[in-house]
Amino acid sequence: MRAIRILRRSIRDSFKSIFRNFSLSMASIICTTITLILVAISLFLSYNVRQITTTLEHELTVVVYLDFDVTEEQKIRIENDLKTMSTVEDYTMKSKEEWKSEIGRESEVFGSALKIFEENPLYDSIIVKVKNVDDLKETAEKLRTYDFVDSAEYGEGMVESIINIFDIISLGTISIVIALVVVTAFLISNTIKLTIFSRKTQIEIKRLVGASNVAIKLPFIFEGFTLGVFGSILPILLSIYGYTLLYNVTGGYISTKVITLVEPFPFVFIVSLFLLVIGSIVGMIGSWLSVRKHLKI
Amino acid sequence: MKLIKVEHAYKIYKNGTTAIADLSVTIDKGEFVFVIGPTGSGKSTFIKMLYREEKPTKGSVIVGGIDVAKLRNSKVYKLRRKLGVVFQDYKLLPKLTVYENVAFALENLGLPNSEIRPKVLKAIESVGLKEKTRNLPNELSGGEQQRVAIARAIVNDPKLLICDEPTGNLDADTSAEIMNILERINQESETTIIMATHDRDIVNRMKKRVLVIENGVLVSDIKKGSYVVNESDKDSKKKHS
Repeated sequence: MRAIRILRRSIRDSFKSIFRNFSLSMASIICTTITLILVAISLFLSYNVRQITTTLEHELTVVVYLDFDVTEEQKIRIENDLKTMSTVEDYTMKSKEEWKSEIGRESEVFGSALKIFEENPLYDSIIVKVKNVDDLKETAEKLRTYDFVDSAEYGEGMVESIINIFDIISLGTISIVIALVVVTAFLISNTIKLTIFSRKTQIEIKRLVGASNVAIKLPFIFEGFTLGVFGSILPILLSIYGYTLLYNVTGGYISTKVITLVEPFPFVFIVSLFLLVIGSIVGMIGSWLSVRKHLKI
Repeated sequence: MKLIKVEHAYKIYKNGTTAIADLSVTIDKGEFVFVIGPTGSGKSTFIKMLYREEKPTKGSVIVGGIDVAKLRNSKVYKLRRKLGVVFQDYKLLPKLTVYENVAFALENLGLPNSEIRPKVLKAIESVGLKEKTRNLPNELSGGEQQRVAIARAIVNDPKLLICDEPTGNLDADTSAEIMNILERINQESETTIIMATHDRDIVNRMKKRVLVIENGVLVSDIKKGSYVVNESDKDSKKKHS
């Protein structure tokens, strides 16, 4: 019962103290808000970059052109081989006739130009989807070994470097998130240090009248928690409404459908929860660290 | 019955200053003891050791059965709950009313409100501030503020009341009022009182036991009923004659 009463009074005192030290509380809240907005931006960036990388990785293909005079047996042989290749996820065979009719459908000019030829001048082709970016090179090289394969191309080097760049960006944004969390902890801790400094007498009297260290720390820890929660309200609202708006305005992709954004729901709620947890925990730790100093003799 | 037992206590600060040197003294339950000495004599350090604001460097300081030297930082509250402390600068919380300031002590100990209220009202009444329970400290005179501090110190019925120059900021009449209150507390509830002071007039009028500390050493332990010669009085008498 005693513990519950101390807990209840600590919560009451933490709220009283937030309102009595309003300007310092506002300073803490604003600090938290600004850093959490930056954390939110970094999180959105990080997740979207990762999403783009994953999409790109799924779109990785090797385009194989077969020799002009490839036979049906050879086509069946390569198809059977593709089925057994561990690096291959999927493939699409496209005969020269299919190419011709597709070109005809898409452009009348090219379609009529192709009609001039007696024999179809196009090549049979296979579009091979690989499982992993690292499988591209290996698959293409394996396919080139067939004597009836004219070429097997995958944008040599460029795809890998794009994905590498995205990986670096993703890693960078995660590092920024971690750095910002640490910065938030310091900012909250310092601001609370100011509020604690202004309440040194209160802590001193509490110690004098025989309040235990836990009973002294609790109101400050609740205060840090509450300041963290207040500080995360605006970043959460901005995340939910801001990101949803961005998604709706862009239609969910940037310039090409390959670069798609992460769908807002439930993504924004996960980010919001993360912001709330970071704000409150960092607030609590910040207060705890600051008050601890005053309890030493 | 011994309440305080100090044996060969030393307090040497990190900068090398010796504040207390080989101090030994015992104080019985229910005693009223003055601690006097010039500024920097070590009397404040001695008082602070009793409520573990300072830790003795060597020797033992036992208060109510608790060895202060061995008391861990996180367990200091166990000692503090047995005693009350009154300071020269009152140390009241300016935004709390008289009632709240006194109740603050018990609230922090986790007592239920039903128990806090009668105890607080009794303590406030005993220092004669029944009419001022709703006032804020800045609406009170110096003497009244000190009485609130005393009420806060005695609200939990401590065995020991430590007063560090409680009349230092007060005029002679108000000091006398405070001393009357302290004497009544000492007699009525048998609370042991240890009071550090500069004021030899008070010491001589009260005729209690007096510990004289100079340069960190206990130079004399004057028994109850004796007078302390006031050096400044001697000087002024010489001048007049």
